[in-house]
Amino acid sequence: MDGEQAVLTIKNLTVAYRIGDRWFEAIRDIDLSIKSGQIYGLVGESGSGKTTLAMSILNYLGENGRILKGSIVFEGEEISSFPKEKMRSYWGRKISLVPQNPLSSLNPTLPVGEQVQEVLRLHLKMSEVESRRRVLELFEQVRLAEPQRVARSYPHQISGGMQQRVMIAMALATSPRLLLLDEPTTSLDVTTQASILDLIKELIRGQEMAVLYVTHNLGVVVELCHRVAVLYAGELVEDADLEDLFQQPLHPYTFGLLKSVPKLGQNKKEQVLSAIPGQIPALSQRGSGCIFQARCPIALDRCAERPPLEKINHHRSSRCHRWEELARREISLEELFETEGEAVNTPLPVQLKTEAAALDAQGIVVEFQSQQSFFESLSRRSSRKVKAVKDVSIRIEPGDTLGLVGESGSGKTSLARALSGLNEPEAGSIRIYGLPAAPKLSRRSRDILRRLQMVFQNPEEALNPFMTVGESLRRQLFVLQGIRGEEAQRLAEEMIKAVQLPLDVLNRRPNQLSGGEKQRIAIARAFITHPDVVIADEPVSSLDVSVQAAILNLINRLQGNFNNGLLFISHDLAVVSYLADQIAVIYLGALMQLCRAADLFKPPYHPYTEALLSAVPSVKLGTKAQTIRLEGDLPSPSEKINGCPFHSRCPRKIGEICERQAPPWRVDESTQKRIYCHYTLEELSQLQSPILDLGL
Amino acid sequence: MLKYLIRRLSFLILTLLITSMVIFSVTQLLPGDVARVILGREAGEAALQALREELGLNDPIPVQYTRWLGNFVRGDWGKSYSTKSEIRPLVVQRLRNSLMLAAVILVISVPLAIFLGVIAGLNENKWIDNLISVASLAVVGLPEFVTGLVLIQIFSFRLRLLPANSSIRPTTSFIEALPMLILPALTATLVLLAYIARLTRAGVIEELKQQYVRTADLKGLPYQMVIFKHVLRNALIPTITVIAISMGWLISGLIVIENVFNYPGLGRLMVFAIDRRDLPLLQAVTMVAVLGFALSNLIADILYSVLDPRIRLG
Repeated sequence: MDGEQAVLTIKNLTVAYRIGDRWFEAIRDIDLSIKSGQIYGLVGESGSGKTTLAMSILNYLGENGRILKGSIVFEGEEISSFPKEKMRSYWGRKISLVPQNPLSSLNPTLPVGEQVQEVLRLHLKMSEVESRRRVLELFEQVRLAEPQRVARSYPHQISGGMQQRVMIAMALATSPRLLLLDEPTTSLDVTTQASILDLIKELIRGQEMAVLYVTHNLGVVVELCHRVAVLYAGELVEDADLEDLFQQPLHPYTFGLLKSVPKLGQNKKEQVLSAIPGQIPALSQRGSGCIFQARCPIALDRCAERPPLEKINHHRSSRCHRWEELARREISLEELFETEGEAVNTPLPVQLKTEAAALDAQGIVVEFQSQQSFFESLSRRSSRKVKAVKDVSIRIEPGDTLGLVGESGSGKTSLARALSGLNEPEAGSIRIYGLPAAPKLSRRSRDILRRLQMVFQNPEEALNPFMTVGESLRRQLFVLQGIRGEEAQRLAEEMIKAVQLPLDVLNRRPNQLSGGEKQRIAIARAFITHPDVVIADEPVSSLDVSVQAAILNLINRLQGNFNNGLLFISHDLAVVSYLADQIAVIYLGALMQLCRAADLFKPPYHPYTEALLSAVPSVKLGTKAQTIRLEGDLPSPSEKINGCPFHSRCPRKIGEICERQAPPWRVDESTQKRIYCHYTLEELSQLQSPILDLGL
Repeated sequence: MLKYLIRRLSFLILTLLITSMVIFSVTQLLPGDVARVILGREAGEAALQALREELGLNDPIPVQYTRWLGNFVRGDWGKSYSTKSEIRPLVVQRLRNSLMLAAVILVISVPLAIFLGVIAGLNENKWIDNLISVASLAVVGLPEFVTGLVLIQIFSFRLRLLPANSSIRPTTSFIEALPMLILPALTATLVLLAYIARLTRAGVIEELKQQYVRTADLKGLPYQMVIFKHVLRNALIPTITVIAISMGWLISGLIVIENVFNYPGLGRLMVFAIDRRDLPLLQAVTMVAVLGFALSNLIADILYSVLDPRIRLG
């Protein structure tokens, strides 16, 4: 491949955005070259400038963006100076984009088939009839079932996975020379992501095409790419072949990024996540030194001077002054990233521990009234109810973490909201240390409210923008415990220290804090009244990868100090299995499997768990023993499903029994693994082989 | 879709029923004795009593209401107190005039407003956008009697192109009336123009930010096609529905313009009925006006769901 001419060569590219009347450099001095047949991974967190780079290549920067210097050569032509009108003959024909969010990237008022036909008529000069036929072929290629129906559908009528397949069909319709994929699976569920990645792999392989795959997800890179470029705060910090990069990263940021993501099978008991301290510098705060200096554990005085992107050998380069020491393994980054904060020193109020569980919820049912019109409700005939949670029972011991994992629409948030009283459950009982909690929030006593606290996904919305952090925390103490004055101030200060923030944040308002800091405040607010149970609903999924690890470590440490029960909800199996002691897998509002975290990776699995595990792109190289893919999409919650909720997509479906009869709970007495399936545990064990090679 | 239509129509009927009750009770609450209004101040008590009896004014209000509603639905709208003539032909005549004017207004204002709005939206914050915005806002700030008089001054007195007086006869055909309709229509256009243009501009700007526009661009489609096929299809949905809603106002709300140009439309008839305490006439005109508003709202909703498949196909 070496001798081949590069399809795309970027040299010294610097792009700036205008904010107010100043220009800020969003990407600086980027060098990149992609050959035909090569899949290049571009990894970066939000704010790293990865989308800016993709848009620069397309020459599609907004009005406020401008290429300051550098060149972009596509098939021998310098395209960075081409006007928009000239680019139109390249777009969609020689260079195509598959964007992140397929729903908003499709025109809502045109059938999707027509939107693909447009490309064919325009670039391949096909007739209406020809293009219509070709669209059906393309749709078949991207494995869309019922291509005829899909072609006639409007975007909102098909699922996210199908929308993305349409976008892929559109991008590949003209066999472009350069394909840009900008986080194409980020908005999708993990099982859908897995099949889309399979599809991309299959379609790209053997094509005369250069591919740039932009993502924040290192696991996806492992699945797909030959080479990886790591982007941090607008600078390329490392560029290497996939294997080299993963085996020995030669930039501390790459290392931190690799180590801060929990891997499947990794658990808090064995290993603390290496968190990168701090956060990505904002556009206006990028100085002249090494861009990673402020967060780097091995920074030296000379890092005040910006290191060049040094060529290490023919295949590799790193933008670090100390890469040679890293290459010779003279510095071990392993220990350097550990960031243990100070523990909370306050004596905890002695909790009268009883035999009772911290949280014991039995038979929770949550229903939603589906939308109906005024006249329909008059007729009372069709009172359509959607069951979001169907008879779920969970139990969390003090100091234990139950990880609840499920895809979007699985009912995990509905369950959390029912437990916290935000949505009144239809049936079921909730007890905290044996004390019954009323289903309705307004009926709950102050004591129960104090005992059960919640951390939400989006800290932007969870904090009152008009209150300072101190006011928020003190208010929590006053409302739930009647503590005020100096005592409240003292407790607030202690809590701020416990979440590792400087004391002056107490006087700041949420808009003066970063996303990670806000989530720390939300966590502080939940923990300040020493709750018995904390429900954390996707607390890290809106945060950047490098910030996630620190928050996970924080939650883990606080729980160690407070000995509370924790319900940790996430769609990310690796994150859940890292933090949890017990794991519950939920699908369509029903639990599929309950087991100890350590047993999750060993067969027998519930077939759904098996598919989930198989779908997670792994950061480790070559650990997947087998692949299982789910057909179709999650059924709509309003559909009535008899028998096993998973039967319509189950790759191990036995037969009619799965459609007719609700499966029994199969229990392994020794490990307390519980699986909701018609197969017995022995049968499943025989059918299944381990998905992960845990020996690595 | 059919289910949706039936549902909307039943809502419409319910709306009309409720407004008819409101109209009836409000007109009943107006001060003044109807019999005395009709017979004059010198009438004797016996004559008044006889008339009340004849008009059914002594019956309980609900009885009077159902009688009135029944007659109204059957097409018997009663006689005007003031002109002593049948109400229905009068109202229908005025409705025809109002509809003619509304049609001319729409033909002039809609294409112009959408054109200006699209131009402004595509050139957000450039000089042409600022010019259009400032000019249309300046015009909308002026009351109709001012713009109307200015237009008369220019087109009738200076240029002698169009008549200043639009008092058409019941027998005047649309073609004959057309020259007389243009000035009032222009006046109304100046009011509508800024409104529709601003809305269109906002729609275009909003849609241009959407990611599907980027997709359309990056397909390599020519600029005109991106705008006409992709952007406008979505940007004009709110505009079109608002135009449909404003139909109600055009039919019965142009009171000032009708007065300035002496145009015999529904608005002036309503003022006349109020002036004369002519309750049956007032009730009839108001019911027609309400029907106009309700129908235009219905048309707007139907248009919205036809144009936007997310509504149509849920």
